[in-house]
Amino acid sequence: MSDTFSLANSTFSSRLIIGTGKYRSYEAMKAAHAASGAEMVTVAVNRVPLDGSAESFLDHLDPGMKILPNTAGCYDAEHAMRTARLAREALGTEWIKLEVIGDPVTLLPDNEQTLDAAKVLVKEGFIVLPYFTDDLIMAKKLLDAGCPAVMPLAAPIGSGMGVQNPSNLRIMREQLPDATIIVDAGVGVPSDAAIAMELGADAILMNTAIAEAGDAAQMAKAMKLAVEAGRLGYLSGRMPKRLYASASSPIAGAIK
Amino acid sequence: MMVISIRLNGEVRELSGEITLDRLLDVLSLPSQRVAVELNQAVVRRQDWPKTLVRNGDRIEVVHFVGGG
Repeated sequence: MSDTFSLANSTFSSRLIIGTGKYRSYEAMKAAHAASGAEMVTVAVNRVPLDGSAESFLDHLDPGMKILPNTAGCYDAEHAMRTARLAREALGTEWIKLEVIGDPVTLLPDNEQTLDAAKVLVKEGFIVLPYFTDDLIMAKKLLDAGCPAVMPLAAPIGSGMGVQNPSNLRIMREQLPDATIIVDAGVGVPSDAAIAMELGADAILMNTAIAEAGDAAQMAKAMKLAVEAGRLGYLSGRMPKRLYASASSPIAGAIK
Repeated sequence: MMVISIRLNGEVRELSGEITLDRLLDVLSLPSQRVAVELNQAVVRRQDWPKTLVRNGDRIEVVHFVGGG
């Protein structure tokens, strides 16, 4: 069974999108990327150091990877839009992970600024993938603005806390059956990824859970399997939850 | 030539005179591939670097890509 994942003008066979930050070494990152099966990775836009220490980070990525630049570190729509335009100029890609942060302690998104930036960037031809709070109404507004997908958080960035509000994801899935939903941020362990996929997410974006794992490559493989397992579970249709037991073996015919 | 002062990636830099953007990257030994340049908050396309003069008081950002999530 082919279960590909389409987004804007691209089709992916992997539903796992991973980051490129926080790895112990380039070697560890490359091994993790290969083990994850991911076909798209995020990168950050940053000032070139003026002391001559600039490295060509992109050379360390598998040339087959689709690169998704982000607007990390931006605290208002204006900075995020400028960052997106710079990323497009440098890479020649319209794809942008839009991230407008509202506060440095929680790194929770500023949804209002995110929506403002999304509206402008979509008009400028960008393929905008917005990171936002797991809120149905905001998801609708971002989709109405022309985003081809929405990326609700599971938990704060880098927290590894897992899906904090499964009901919100489930409601979003049920109320927006045709939307592409990518859970972004907060996954800590494979079961978190599986839960998000079981709830109907179309894909998962993660960085820290793999990069900070003791064995990043092995964790990357575990995440790959978890995303696939969760996806299959979702497609299979889960059994109903019951408060009381329901016997699996026939009651009638048991010896007395 | 009049010495000019610019702000480059947040740092004040003095230059011996007005200079084009492509020359600026060259003189400061900054990478020119897979980078983007912003002059006073507007992106300058690569093909326009040779004809874009950096002037006194300009604010310039030169960015590249780093690891991120």
